[in-house]
Amino acid sequence: MTPNQTAVPLRIVPLGFLGTRRSLRVVERNVFVYRSGWIILVSGFFEPLFYLLSIGLGLNHLVGPLDVEGTKVAYTAFVAPSLLATSAMNGALFDATYNMFFKLKISKVYDTMLATPLDPTDVALGELTWSVVRGGLYATAFFLVMAVMGFVTSWWSLLLLPAALLMAAAFGAVGMAVTTFMRSWQDFDLVGLALIPMFLFSATFYPVTVYPGWLQAVVKLTPLYQGVVLARGMALGHLHPVLLLSVAYLAAMAIVGAIITGRRVRQLLLS
Amino acid sequence: MTDQLLESGARPQPTVGWPGWLRVTSVYAHTYRRTWRSSMSASFLFPVLYLAAMGVGLGSLIDHHAGGIDGVRYLDFLAPGLLAGTVLQIAVAEATYPVVGAVKWTRVYWAMLASPLGTDDLVLGFLVWIAVRMAMVSAIFLGVMAAFGTVRSPLGLLVVPVSMIAGVAFAAPVASYAVLSTNDQGFAAINRFIVVPLFLFSTTFFPLHQLPVGLRVVAQLTPLFHGVNLTRALCLGQIAPLQNAADLLYLVVLAGASTLSCAASFKKRLVQ
Amino acid sequence: MVAQGLEKRFGDFTAVAGIDFSISRGESFGFLGPNGAGKTSTMRMVACMSPHTGGQLSVLGMDPRTSGSTIRSRIGLVPQQDSLDDELTVEDNLYLYGRYFDLPKRLIRERAVRLLEFAQLTERAKDKVEPLSGGMKRRLTIARSLISEPELLILDEPTTGLDPQARHLLWDRLYRLKSQGVTLVITTHYMDEAEQLCDRLVVMDKGRIVAEGSPRALIEQHSTREVVELRFGLDQQHQGATAIADLAERIEVLPDRVLLYVHDGDAAVAEVHRRGLLPESSLVRRSTLEDVFLRLTGRSLVD
Repeated sequence: MTPNQTAVPLRIVPLGFLGTRRSLRVVERNVFVYRSGWIILVSGFFEPLFYLLSIGLGLNHLVGPLDVEGTKVAYTAFVAPSLLATSAMNGALFDATYNMFFKLKISKVYDTMLATPLDPTDVALGELTWSVVRGGLYATAFFLVMAVMGFVTSWWSLLLLPAALLMAAAFGAVGMAVTTFMRSWQDFDLVGLALIPMFLFSATFYPVTVYPGWLQAVVKLTPLYQGVVLARGMALGHLHPVLLLSVAYLAAMAIVGAIITGRRVRQLLLS
Repeated sequence: MTDQLLESGARPQPTVGWPGWLRVTSVYAHTYRRTWRSSMSASFLFPVLYLAAMGVGLGSLIDHHAGGIDGVRYLDFLAPGLLAGTVLQIAVAEATYPVVGAVKWTRVYWAMLASPLGTDDLVLGFLVWIAVRMAMVSAIFLGVMAAFGTVRSPLGLLVVPVSMIAGVAFAAPVASYAVLSTNDQGFAAINRFIVVPLFLFSTTFFPLHQLPVGLRVVAQLTPLFHGVNLTRALCLGQIAPLQNAADLLYLVVLAGASTLSCAASFKKRLVQ
Repeated sequence: MVAQGLEKRFGDFTAVAGIDFSISRGESFGFLGPNGAGKTSTMRMVACMSPHTGGQLSVLGMDPRTSGSTIRSRIGLVPQQDSLDDELTVEDNLYLYGRYFDLPKRLIRERAVRLLEFAQLTERAKDKVEPLSGGMKRRLTIARSLISEPELLILDEPTTGLDPQARHLLWDRLYRLKSQGVTLVITTHYMDEAEQLCDRLVVMDKGRIVAEGSPRALIEQHSTREVVELRFGLDQQHQGATAIADLAERIEVLPDRVLLYVHDGDAAVAEVHRRGLLPESSLVRRSTLEDVFLRLTGRSLVD
């Protein structure tokens, strides 16, 4: 390894997720692709929306109001922030997992980019930026729906947006890092195996207190739980210093994921 | 150079005597052997996870607040709905990418058509395979339900044939679209704008009377509503003869009509 | 471009085993060899896409290991596999590729018009790439590599898999580039392509260079003036070959035909007939690089 190679992944971190000038070209490419495939991009937003409507219409009365830190919260208002967090996560993961694998192994888009002045760091950073953009778009749209439905009651709720971007960065970075280790499409079954239980059990649909003590402890370790807690705190205006732990957890995921991705993409593409 | 590629040149060639559709179905079954392990475990894990999270977890809140649904625990209400919803999702998935893939990517359909098989064999063989898959999926799901103690009547066993019919009714219309499509862009739309809303609003998760009146009518027109209704009646042993006969009739008619439309689409796309 | 002892290893496997060459500005230089000779690995190193594992390499006077991005901004690459962006239109492929080079939008749009003309794709500009024919995709890949007006163009097997008409069209385009002063580096396993396009070439086999020179010089040095191709009936090749082995400077027995390397082809054919042998067909032609290659790589069944 030359000194140059070790220095590059570290450069990702202080730059944050704004991207280098060259990595923005990678983002631009994705924008072009989705100009003709916009229906895929737009339709991704509807899934959490349908969930919210279904819950609001069908389950809200059956479950009844829940007690969150001493205040009664309508069930739909309880679930809405977790769906926002989930949509930020899914938005980031779409391109960070399947699509990135497709580009790495099948369409060889990255090989083409490397024949130009772009280098592997630009590719990794550009794709991560795009994942954050996509996750952020979904979260913002969902936030507007929540506002229209009357679930946004305080200015503090605006903090949902940076929280969603952080979640998108965390899941995007880790998703990309995991993708660089995938050998075939079959391996993605494992991703589903991790995501579905997480979606179902991370206090997304009911308070974590439903579980016995040991299971609560396990659930609290999952990244989606951290994101959901953060989003719910922002939406309901329950801001505690303890939420900083969730922020730190997600930020650590983003940084570690980005560093591993940078290294692996370099290894895979420059052979 | 004395290699002799052709053995004897006997005419007619020896044959096994299977009908065309069975040969096609056997190709699907053969291909499935490569992925059956992960496919079966998914069919098992999905109901376990959903029933635990939504049936038991969310169910505890609903039973506490509303005292169950129509006289049964939420878990008992939800499980048959989820079963029918799962049949919908898997049937549609099998009718999208694999179908367009067989036309465009692996080109298996073209290879089949270069043999004595015709498009009707392809359609029939495919739909029989869907029925077989749905039998597996629903049987595994029923087993999980039994473990959760939610199969309340022996009539529940009839869910397997019902799922086979429902699977064909869901898959055939989608396949007749998929075989004509030139790319996979429409599939995301089918999933997000048809499958997910059906899954969420066709009384899978809550009873019909929770919906506003207008939506109730719409929900009752959908195929999944009837699949859910019939499955739930059988599992709970609460048969409403007229209503459930109508459910069955709806599914049979849809399966039959869409098989015909599927045959027309395959012919249109593959015989040029 | 200068390489000394250039080497590429993947784990235990050595793809390029220490080669030397130098290419000067404006030259058209070829790497000729069979599949697996190490040509593509060499091209990827030269294009600064794959770090070399041994020896020295300098491209445009710079070291690829430290100035990869700068070097790549001045060269164009046509990879062996087209690697076009199937999800985009013809026009957008050119546009985004230009953006990867950080070129201003207006400039790319101007150049794209000319390049589409050059590649005879103007009418397909708005079409998706996927349904284009092989020849069209190849021309688009070449046009795309020119969007940055490179000083050096690297073409890895530019015409493999194309029909004869498409190949000749491409050769014409490359010839025009060459006359405009662009340095061309070409790999190929088509001998006629190397003869058409290259001023100078090296023959590679198993990761090494086995000969170097102009096409004409290589033929003169390693082959005879003419070649007789004889086709015998099934199972009679070896008998036929043995009976006429003394007629030629060298003889090659291939699975489907026998090659006689001679100075005067017609005289040799006459002698074959005089000896009472009746090949199913006979053909006299001039020596080509194909014959040089056969000779050099020993990929032959000399009796």
